[in-house]
Amino acid sequence: MSAARVVITGTGWITPIGQDVESVWKALLAGTSGMGRITRFDAETFATNFAAEVKGFDFRSLVPDADDHADCSLCAKFALAAAWQALRQSGLRQSQGFNPRRFGIYLGSGEGPPDTENYFRPHLEGWNDEQKKLDHPAWTRSAYKNMRPAVEIEQEANMTLSHVAWAMGTRGPVGNCLTACAASNQAIGEAFEILRRGEADAMIAGGAHTMVHCLGVTGFIRLTALSSRREDPTKAARPFDQTRDGFVMGEGSGMLVLETLEHARARGATILAEIAGYGSSADAFRITDMHSEGKGPQAAMAGALRQAGVQAREPGPDGRPQIQYIAVHGTGTKENDKIESHAIKQVFGPMAYKIPMSSIKSMMGHLIAAAGVSGVITCVQAIRSGRIPPTINYNVPDAGLDLDYVPNTARTIQDENGRSLIRACLCNAYGFGGQNDCLVVKAFEG
Amino acid sequence: MPRNVVITGAGTVSGYGAGLAPLWEGMCSGASALRPVTRFDASGFPCRLAGEVANYSARDHVPKNYRKAVKVMARDIELAIGAAKDAVADAGLVTRGTLPEDSTDPTTYPIERIGCHIGAGLIAAEADELAAALVTARTADGRFDMKAWGAGKLENLTPLWLLKYLPNMLACHVTIIHGCEGPSNTITCAQASGLLCIAESTRVIERGAADLCFSGAAESKVNLMGFLRMDFAKRLTPTRDQTDGAKLVRPFDPGSTGTILGEGAGVLILEEMEAARKRNAKVYAQVAGVGSAHSPFRETGATDADEGFQYAMEAALADAEVKPGEVDAIVTLGSGMAQMDMGEAAAMRAIFGDALAKIPLVTLGPAIGDCMAGAGGVQAAVAAKCVLEQRLPARLHAGTPLEGLDAGAAPSRPANLRTVLVANSSLGGQNAAMVLRRVG
Repeated sequence: MSAARVVITGTGWITPIGQDVESVWKALLAGTSGMGRITRFDAETFATNFAAEVKGFDFRSLVPDADDHADCSLCAKFALAAAWQALRQSGLRQSQGFNPRRFGIYLGSGEGPPDTENYFRPHLEGWNDEQKKLDHPAWTRSAYKNMRPAVEIEQEANMTLSHVAWAMGTRGPVGNCLTACAASNQAIGEAFEILRRGEADAMIAGGAHTMVHCLGVTGFIRLTALSSRREDPTKAARPFDQTRDGFVMGEGSGMLVLETLEHARARGATILAEIAGYGSSADAFRITDMHSEGKGPQAAMAGALRQAGVQAREPGPDGRPQIQYIAVHGTGTKENDKIESHAIKQVFGPMAYKIPMSSIKSMMGHLIAAAGVSGVITCVQAIRSGRIPPTINYNVPDAGLDLDYVPNTARTIQDENGRSLIRACLCNAYGFGGQNDCLVVKAFEG
Repeated sequence: MPRNVVITGAGTVSGYGAGLAPLWEGMCSGASALRPVTRFDASGFPCRLAGEVANYSARDHVPKNYRKAVKVMARDIELAIGAAKDAVADAGLVTRGTLPEDSTDPTTYPIERIGCHIGAGLIAAEADELAAALVTARTADGRFDMKAWGAGKLENLTPLWLLKYLPNMLACHVTIIHGCEGPSNTITCAQASGLLCIAESTRVIERGAADLCFSGAAESKVNLMGFLRMDFAKRLTPTRDQTDGAKLVRPFDPGSTGTILGEGAGVLILEEMEAARKRNAKVYAQVAGVGSAHSPFRETGATDADEGFQYAMEAALADAEVKPGEVDAIVTLGSGMAQMDMGEAAAMRAIFGDALAKIPLVTLGPAIGDCMAGAGGVQAAVAAKCVLEQRLPARLHAGTPLEGLDAGAAPSRPANLRTVLVANSSLGGQNAAMVLRRVG
């Protein structure tokens, strides 16, 4: 039995630069930065006091069953809003013969943010100054007094999945992975494999995350991973630029409805694009940094391209590269951008120089677990529109980072009739710790 | 040719200690590993018992050159590393982690062909460590001073603090120690995590993306935050003066008052069948089928007639092409959370009907407690051991399970086990199941 083809029939997107796919896409093409001073907590004195926050998020207007999820975390709220958009666009649940047991879900969603003030209090009230240690019964008394059960329970790493599965009515295969910044690419890849095997007809796949909270920002500052360009946050995220000094945190969610081609066709769904390949690897190197050759990223890219039947180093029938756009991981850290550029050259050879690639993290920040799916939606939009969003804040080329990063201005790749010439894209995501996941997204051709 | 997957190694770290051998011996002897908590002062909690791993450090289970890294490992990571090492030794594998540092000897498999899927839960920051840093940013009246924290006191947390608590670090450390460059994932679906990881590893091997996978899960909620959150969720039994946890955790008993938390890791070595045969590996069982499903979400887990749990088991049975009547035993968590257990029982009855009364259930709750994400990994290892040894462990039960279930107290006994079902529902509504088939 040959494996099923897998198509995308719905997309949803909650980001710092827009709260639906169309708005986000417009903002990306316009080169809009979503960065600003952190408002979620008082970060004034932090070495990094800025991030890309989702502002003016009106959960009740975005989610029809908001009352059922009143206590859920902000992460789950982003996820629910994006999932409803994707489901509505797909028209799936309204379809005749819709079978919830054949409807699955695989997310790469993060934990709920901590309830900082109430969470810290037992640590302070329980501290014994004389013995210089935490008095556990005192901690416990303070915790029962100050911390809120619902908020604590909702932080568990499966809760976003639970809420979205409930809202979407999935009763089929299930998963949630949390492989740091690679999570939602991996979720989409595994959902793709589940559909290919015929274990489900349709899947919700994507991710959600926010780490814009005191301990999240603290943790990344300690790792020296964040940009500290406090003077002008909108210029802080500079992927591939020589003066880049770290990533900028974003937050939000992206969701897809994936279906087998057969199922999508049978119900007359509008097909947005096709997932054609998925590659996954581990660096197995160090938890703190990447191997200088980027062996893991190379293996993941090569795996996805191989499965999609793409010859990375060969031109297509039209003489152009077989991949016409790469949604790079492009975090804006010294290390990632250098190694990712190197790995792309290793995989594509001289063809690498002919492929436009950009980092949307320069505009919406790093959505962590939701970064991968944001790249995938970018690929879908690029394929459909023939437009490529830029990498903003790119001014000073760095030695050896000499690929086409689509600096500062969106690009149009269309024929004379305005039709998209982007037929196949690669989307990269690499996680802290060394898990790498890449996807090939193609224009759907029956 | 379809590729099949077999279990060739199993490792655990549990309340019985590091290694599957002490776990199996303990479970067969009928002694519970649930004891008063010693890892922290639990006197402020209504539940003061746990399945702790005594005198355990990952330092004893990593290569010499990796000992320094143990400093940046939360307890959950340490448990996973011990289980992985136990599994590797059991499978008779040579990996990067079993060879001396400068050795150029070949490993059993090329590292590109080895995957790693290890499930995890939300890892709470160690309260002692966090408190020691937070108190350096206190105002005169004892409140947290965010400005002082941001201005520099946050440096009282170690630079790699965040990496200690990322759930993917369980898998990442194992990939680094043993050399696994194939697909690697971290599934976070509470008690269903372990079986979901094993299902994913199985699919990865079947589709040719790897020939061997480390697969399982680990978690420890035996800490202040873990106890607090689980008590907030009304999952823990009050222990009062009782010090014998097996008296309190009563699987599938409508009168059971809750569960007790355990520390647990279970990691299997899954291998492509032909490759395993070629190297004459010991084969526990074949992973004959896997399945998963989502329940309508309820914060307290399953309730009566949980169709998600039923669907997951049905999917695994169908995948294995096994009829319910062929199942010789079912390995469950048996958490002692009445609502969860009743939901599982109703789902099993929906599949097996009255014949359920004749299918022995293996329950881990009274022995090692609810190891949360670790539960499925440990259950899978125990199930594999049951098939290999053709024996059921002793079953602890201090009460009366539902009528029509073979779940009451029983000594260990030999049993003819050709087909064993392993299944988990979870707090959150994720369900996973696996069918193991005896090979040969």
